[in-house]
Amino acid sequence: MNQIVLLPVILPLLGAGLCLVFGRSAFAQRIISIAILALVVTVAAVLLVRADRFGPQTVNVGGWPADIGISLVADRLSALMLLVSTVVTLCVLLYSFGQGIVEFGRDAPLSVFHPTFLVLSAGVSNAFLSADLFNLFVGFEILLVSSYVLITLGGTGARVRSGTIYIVVSMISSVVFLVAIACVYAATGTVNLAALAGRIEELPSGVSNLLQLLLLTTFCIKAAVFPLSAWLPDSYPTAPAPVTAVFAGLLTKVGIYAIIRTQTLLFPDNDLRTLLLWAAVLTMVVGILGAVAQSDIKRILSFTLVSHIGYMLFGVAIGSTMGLSGAIFYIAHHITVQTTLFLVAGLVEYRSSTTNLDKLGGLARAAPVLAVMFFVPAMNLAGIPPFSGFLGKLTLVEAGVDDHRWLSYVAVAAAIVTSLLTLYAIAKVWNRAFWRPAETGHEAGDDLGHDSHGGSMHGRSGVSTKTERTSTWKAVDDDQQRLPLGMVVPTLMLVACSVALTVVAGPLLAFTTRAAEELQGRSAYVTAVLGGGG
Amino acid sequence: MTPNLPLVILVGIMVAAGVTLVLERSLTRILIGFVLIGNGVSVLYLVISGPAGTAPIVGLSDDPMSDPLPQAMVLTAIVITLGVTSFGLALAYRAWQLTGHDDVQDDVEDDAIRRRAEKDETSVTFDEADAALPDEEGSDRPRRIAPRDGTP
Repeated sequence: MNQIVLLPVILPLLGAGLCLVFGRSAFAQRIISIAILALVVTVAAVLLVRADRFGPQTVNVGGWPADIGISLVADRLSALMLLVSTVVTLCVLLYSFGQGIVEFGRDAPLSVFHPTFLVLSAGVSNAFLSADLFNLFVGFEILLVSSYVLITLGGTGARVRSGTIYIVVSMISSVVFLVAIACVYAATGTVNLAALAGRIEELPSGVSNLLQLLLLTTFCIKAAVFPLSAWLPDSYPTAPAPVTAVFAGLLTKVGIYAIIRTQTLLFPDNDLRTLLLWAAVLTMVVGILGAVAQSDIKRILSFTLVSHIGYMLFGVAIGSTMGLSGAIFYIAHHITVQTTLFLVAGLVEYRSSTTNLDKLGGLARAAPVLAVMFFVPAMNLAGIPPFSGFLGKLTLVEAGVDDHRWLSYVAVAAAIVTSLLTLYAIAKVWNRAFWRPAETGHEAGDDLGHDSHGGSMHGRSGVSTKTERTSTWKAVDDDQQRLPLGMVVPTLMLVACSVALTVVAGPLLAFTTRAAEELQGRSAYVTAVLGGGG
Repeated sequence: MTPNLPLVILVGIMVAAGVTLVLERSLTRILIGFVLIGNGVSVLYLVISGPAGTAPIVGLSDDPMSDPLPQAMVLTAIVITLGVTSFGLALAYRAWQLTGHDDVQDDVEDDAIRRRAEKDETSVTFDEADAALPDEEGSDRPRRIAPRDGTP
């Protein structure tokens, strides 16, 4: 029964192969992708229940013993991450079907997109399940290489420009990761996380701090923590909407997951908590100030993404059960909400051919469904009660106050200020794009290349430039037909998911608390990996 | 374990040369730098695998054998570096097709600000009082000539 831990990695890879085989048939590609991802969602749900009831689910790949071979483990944290990420991936895939059908017609196969998307999903699953530093690296590489392809899809000038920055930064972070793994192996003679848990404690503190710094640098680049976050807001907005959405939801969270895993398992009592807290404070504040200064929806969202990574890091840096529990809860909340917002930004771009706030207006009246789809997750992101964003932030703030150090109080203050500024940035988008009346004409000469050339799947201008519409009720009927159902329904599904997280917040928080206790206990993970056979 | 000093020095030289190249502006040089760093790190895996021994097959000989695990890892790393490098080369070629050069370009916002400066426009938040201050360095930088027709 434990063998199902392998499925979230193997199935998408198999699906990617099948998609390539059926490259000429768009219909077959869609069926395969949906079937595979739906199956992975089911497997993830089963894993979540089993990990919660029976402890970590382990499998040793190929039957090699754990400290020689590769193990995959699904404990509570991994299983929750896996479930949330696969649900989000499935919704984004459905959205991309809608967009692909609208732009290229029902039969045009996106021969590269589907296989790459499935490989990305396999890489994310591999990173979440890996119980081995080197396999974690391989998982990272799988998802990074497929993200290189996705971010430069179509190879237009804007995407090559932003993709170059993303790719160079990611390549360098991968090399740093390799150096970190080499140092870990040289110091301890193993790369298995469970075996490392005991051996790192025996090292002199200087060596273990060096290893920790190397690993943290790597993961902080991937997670876009402040001094290493400059690549993200520049490279994300130009990709196609579904790609940006899935990147925003998953890739940075894989980095945060790796930070949580290594911090709790390898370095439980470390000297670098103060450093992490500072990084969290700066990430929150600097990120949100960037968002406030922007005037493009996608760029604002990219900056809030950076900023809210700070919340998760804050929880990890506090390191108490409550802090970790809040951080895990916040990841689950943030994956859904941030992905939804990027999908909505894609819809805004589809409808108005721009996401520049200076050119948008009157959307609340012209497209009320779109306005609701933006409003609910936006308020959720800003942390308005009773949404899950509020509950996550509340847990983190409580954990920070319980820590009783002056720096924690600073971090709590930063968290609250960031929350308010998020509300400000979101309110700016709402006021200017949705609330204010639509203007019929725009001042010429303001066209300074703000357009992000991003929305369509292959970089061609798939959306015909629409003439400005007046906000009469007749136009509303017209517009409702224009928003394609294939893109609206998946977005609504994700909005429903984010609201559902609020409804089940009680049980979910209890679950994340159990996950945090399991992380701090460490013994369950270690015995499951080293004691269990495949 | 005593590390092999010549190998360590070799790693240092390769990584240092690689870092210098990565700091360049042209994507081709960045890629060559990346290959150098990658190869340097591969040599680092030879350092951590300890002294060389016989082939790691049980029962072949009684002499101490090499540690096979770092070799398995470094093989994976080499393959990944190869794949990423070829993707990077394709990207550099595409950039050259599109713009006539393969320089890593500036941030969109920086670009917008520079264009505003060239047009001598001010942004909404611009303060007249600051206008007397000297120009930012870089505004007098020569403009890059970028043919946009895409023909090689």
